[in-house]
Amino acid sequence: MQAEHHGYYLSFASRIFIYALAATSLNLILGYGGMISFGHAAFVGTGAYVSSILLSEGVASAWIGWPAAVAASSLAALAIGAVSLRTRGVYFIMITLAFAQMAFFLVNSMKAYGGDEGLSLRERASVGLGVDLGSDLAFYYAALAALAAGLYGLHRLAHSRFGRVIQAIRENEDRAEAIGFPVYRYKLACFVIAGAAGGLAGALLASHGKYVNPNVLHWTQSGTLMVMVILGGVGRLWGGVIGAAALLGLEDLIANHRVDWLAAVFPNYQQHASLGVGTVLLAIVLFAPQGIAGMLARRKHA
Amino acid sequence: MSWILIVEQSLNGLQFGLMLFLLAAGLTLVFGIMDMINLAHGSLYMLGAFLAATLVQATGSFAAGVLLAIPATAVLGMLLEVSVLRTLYARDHLSQVLATFALILIFNEAVRIIWGPDMPLSVPAALSGPVQLLPGMVYPAYRLLIIGVGAAVAGALYLLVARTRIGMLVRAGASNREMALAMGVNIPRLFTLLFGVGAGLCAVAGALLGPLFAVQVGMGENILILAFVVIVIGGIGSIRGALVGSLLVGIVDTIGRAFLPLLFGIFFQPRVASAAGPAIASVLVYLLMALVLYIKPQGLFPARG
Repeated sequence: MQAEHHGYYLSFASRIFIYALAATSLNLILGYGGMISFGHAAFVGTGAYVSSILLSEGVASAWIGWPAAVAASSLAALAIGAVSLRTRGVYFIMITLAFAQMAFFLVNSMKAYGGDEGLSLRERASVGLGVDLGSDLAFYYAALAALAAGLYGLHRLAHSRFGRVIQAIRENEDRAEAIGFPVYRYKLACFVIAGAAGGLAGALLASHGKYVNPNVLHWTQSGTLMVMVILGGVGRLWGGVIGAAALLGLEDLIANHRVDWLAAVFPNYQQHASLGVGTVLLAIVLFAPQGIAGMLARRKHA
Repeated sequence: MSWILIVEQSLNGLQFGLMLFLLAAGLTLVFGIMDMINLAHGSLYMLGAFLAATLVQATGSFAAGVLLAIPATAVLGMLLEVSVLRTLYARDHLSQVLATFALILIFNEAVRIIWGPDMPLSVPAALSGPVQLLPGMVYPAYRLLIIGVGAAVAGALYLLVARTRIGMLVRAGASNREMALAMGVNIPRLFTLLFGVGAGLCAVAGALLGPLFAVQVGMGENILILAFVVIVIGGIGSIRGALVGSLLVGIVDTIGRAFLPLLFGIFFQPRVASAAGPAIASVLVYLLMALVLYIKPQGLFPARG
């Protein structure tokens, strides 16, 4: 009974780490780069599907599967970014959305790998070294390590010359161009790095649940990632982590911990969690656009 | 592959295109004048369909139900604009995207709570039969009604925008908002009205397409993306662009889905054709959008010249 309990929370924590990594990768292009991409789910989904396909075809090693996932999503980001970054403003949003939908429909029609029913995996990828990722504890550490690597990478990137240029581009693209920075190339590089990290998150996601289906690529998943970023604090290092933890925590709280007085007023409120999520998101956008990290930072300074 | 099939699918495309136009028109004006991305437009479409389904059941008449749903949705749209959306005009696009995405979540759940996951809405008995258009060719009467209503609304909208004073103000606002404000146009009030009209148009589309596509929670999202593709292709802020764009998208999408798999079947092996055909057909409109953006990045008929 206790072991079961531990397993549940370890699994839940792993899920938070994975989404935190995905949200952090989006934060790089959204928060630091100022690029409103509504197609980030395409990269997470590409990573998820590539690693799943390899696993289902018998390639069990994570040392092959996960780098392959990262490579595939980087390529996808390169292709999509190369075309999309030639546009700006709402056209960029629309074209990233369109590409994500294209990926969704393409994957949906891949009957060989489950089509719209998705692909189930018999077991998680294996890392060898005497570690069995099938155990929740081991996977927990793997996901944590990936997230830590991602956060460290973002921290170094943000404080590097590259990071400063990207933020300058976010602040005033025309001025950055006038100064002489090859803006398009910087944005594309940023886009690809974020796509790569997103792909890793996708690979982990697929292994974690031992299941993947086209909904991972749906544009509403891109929206969910954006919610996490804005909730946590767009452009702040811990924004993705805080946002993922807050959103997934809120959903779990609503679904699994019944508040009796609320249920008395509003029976089966637990099935309508997204109403609460939507309201919280709207409130954050209208009243606290800097997100949770922003509110914490302000309090520190005040 | 008979000519009858081609004509039939072309009519289907025309019908879908005209309904898309009803959504795209409202969306492009909102975007063009207030520079606001409104993802909740699809939710108004959904609300229109649910309201129509409810009113049809309550009144027992399809026509009454649909006609009553239009002002009801328009009022709800105007309430939404005055309360929440107005605060977003001054904000950046990201905030607008996120806030209206939040509205989608809220509307979807609210509809689910009030009505449930779906509502029945069927083609009225009087229109459920086929009509003979040409010797040897029949076409469903209901779909002809949609084409008729769509064309009539498009015509009325054209008259409104091109020939009335209000339409002139709308066009002025779309091409240069600051100048229109400086000229003394009451942009906020005009805009609320415009939003109401847009919501009403969504209701028409939602109510008419309901019997064909199923009235269910989440029905707004799929058509919303297509509406955005339409206005990007047509040019933001332009009604004419929205019309051309929606007809193009409607016809390309319908004919593509109908004939591309067949076409692939001629050139490729059956296994490849049956997988690749539908896949490419479903992304055809996005490829069209990418092509238009590449050739004419401002869209086909940009309002801002």
